[in-house]
This record gives sequence, structure tokens and C-alpha cells, in this order.
Amino acid sequence: MVKLFIVVTLFSAISGGLLAMVKSSTQERIELQQLTYVKGPAINQILKGCTNNPLEDRFKLKDGDREIDFFIGEFDGKRNTVAFENSGKGFGGAIGVMVAIDMEKNQIRGIGITTHSETPGVGSRVKTDPSFGRQFKGMSVGADFKVKAEGGDIDAVSGATVSSKGVSDTVVESVEIYKRLKDEIKNKVQD
Amino acid sequence: MAKSVMQEFTKGLWAEIPPFRLVLGLCPTLAVTKSFDNAVGMGLAVIFVLVFSNIFISLLRNLIPKQVRIACFIIVIATFVIIVELLMQAYAYPLFQQLGIFIPLIVVNCIPFGRAEAFAGKNKVLPSFADGLGMGIGYAISLITLSIFREILGNGSLTFPFIGYSIQNVLGSSFQPFTFLIQAPGAFMCLGLMLCIMNMLGKK
Repeated sequence: MVKLFIVVTLFSAISGGLLAMVKSSTQERIELQQLTYVKGPAINQILKGCTNNPLEDRFKLKDGDREIDFFIGEFDGKRNTVAFENSGKGFGGAIGVMVAIDMEKNQIRGIGITTHSETPGVGSRVKTDPSFGRQFKGMSVGADFKVKAEGGDIDAVSGATVSSKGVSDTVVESVEIYKRLKDEIKNKVQD
Repeated sequence: MAKSVMQEFTKGLWAEIPPFRLVLGLCPTLAVTKSFDNAVGMGLAVIFVLVFSNIFISLLRNLIPKQVRIACFIIVIATFVIIVELLMQAYAYPLFQQLGIFIPLIVVNCIPFGRAEAFAGKNKVLPSFADGLGMGIGYAISLITLSIFREILGNGSLTFPFIGYSIQNVLGSSFQPFTFLIQAPGAFMCLGLMLCIMNMLGKK
């Protein structure tokens, strides 16, 4: 009887140890891959025309106990834009939204969806329909990013109110984060 | 009735080819055969898991008490599946995005488990290795056959694995693809036809 416990415990322990080893040795590469394939396309889209490589020009900052990656965009020779990802609740799960903020003009340069599990062809249009994301472009950080149904300025994608609301709420939160960390971000960007 | 190592290897390729003869592992067979590159990726992942789980289960077979063998087999198989998943994320991320949930699902897929229970748990290391490799390759061949058929007829294209290159309009530009074949019902139909062909060929 005791042998059973010993064998199963031993198996689990060895397997756990082995997996932890593999995990820690591949972690860095996996993060890099996610950066290239998940965040990369969104960053390149919203920071289009920047003269540096935002994927390499990045830093981390703490907001409460959460660590956020910030990507710097350089426009007209000035490092004046930061992009970062935040996630909110959509219809089918979490939606990841990358928001780029122009720090000089205090306005949004663009938003892009990184990950989502919305209904294909319906909620997924918040990512694929460019006219939805474009609405945020050029809005001041003081603006109301909520959807019109909630008294804000954003037109929801028709048939995808919950997904649109998820995105706009995430942008509201991202702007809050930006306001909270503004000074720290500025310091980091100057370095 | 000891068979040679070679026989253990070749039985997985035809006589006991997993999805068509043993009719095991059908869920990924239906789901990932939409395109050629996914089928190759899934096939390689299953080969890796089967070979290593068979080797280790066979090595440890005298150590595992009979009452808890299932739990032990699952631990060994799950370990290798997670290793595949991590490696795939690290080195072939687009493939990982495509296959998604079907990689972790190899754990509950009956092929590695079936081989562990039916073969590796009772045989020496070398035949187990041959059995795992043969079954894995047999499974990969089945997936690839189905996927070539489905992708060419259903989408008109052929996507090559790893290099990300795909030929469009394999059958000429006037060919109208049967989109039905790359959707779920098409998968069932193709698999059914394939089983039918295999049974006809195997009839004595």
C-alpha cells in the first residue's frame, strides 16, 4: 500500500521538476515569440510610421502589483508616443487592447486588438473592421471613450455591442493607467 | 509469439494504423486536418509524445504497481505533452496558434495511453520504442493523407509546414473549391470515406 503512494508521489515530483526546468528555459523565448506574433502586428499597426523599432525599445513599469510593458514610438525625431497592452472583458472572454498615446498632444494615436475570443464574424469585427478602431484615433485623453449607448462618443459595431463595450471600457482603463503613471513614463522615455 | 522489432514498427504503418484501423484519436484527426501544415505539425507532436512515453513507461514498467498504473501512465504522457507544447510555443509559435487546444488534448487522446496500456507496460524498451515510432508515423501519415485531400479539394491550396509557403489553386484557377470539405461536417465525411476505403482494401 505504501509503495503506491511513494511511486505516484515520486512520479509527480520528477515530472513537476522536469516541467519547471523546461518552462524556465523556454520562458524567455516564448515571451519573445508572443511579442512578435501577438503584440507585434498590433504595435506595428498603431505605431505606423515611427522611426525606431518599438518592439526593442521597451520598458516595464509597475502599476500597483501589475507589471506593464511599454513600447516607445519615435515620430519626427521625438520619442513622444508610448503603447501598452491592457485587457478587458468581452463577450467570449478577455480582449487584449493595445493603446498608443501621443504624450505631447495628450491624445490617442491608435488602438489595436491583440487577443480575443469573440464570436467569429460578429464580435471579432472589433478587430477586423478598421472603422471601429479608427474612431479612437486623435481623441484627447480627456474624452469619453464609452460607447454611445452608455453616453460616450464611440459608435459600437452593430450586432457586437458587448465586444465594442469591452474594447471601449478597456481603453478607458488604459487612459486611467496612463494618467496615473504619466510622470514615471516620461522619465523612462527620456532615459 | 515474439515478433521482431521490425514487425512492431511496421504494424503501426498499415495493419494497425491508428485512426483508420484502431479507430483511436479521432478528435484531432477531424479537427486539424483542414490544412497540410497543421497535419504535419500535429503528426510530429504525436510522434514525439508516443516515442518518449513508450520508452519511459517501458523502462519503468516493473516499478509501477498495477493498481496505480493508469495514474502513472497519465503523468508520464502529460509530462511529454506539456514539453511539446512549450517547445512549440518557443520555436513554432504560428503552428501553436493554429493547433491551439489540440496539443494539450493529446493527453486524453487514446493513442499514447492505449499504447502504454496495451504495449509499453508489458514489453521491453526496444520493441516499445519501435511500437511508439511506428504508431506515431502511422498517425502522422493518416493525418497528412486526409489533410492533403481536404485542403486541395476544400480550399484549392496546399500549405507547406514551417516555411509558411502555400501554393494557391493547385487544381487550376477555374476550379471551384468544395468549401464544405474544410468545415466540420466535411471532416466526418472524409474520415468516413477513408474508413470505408481502408475496410475495402483490408477485406480478405
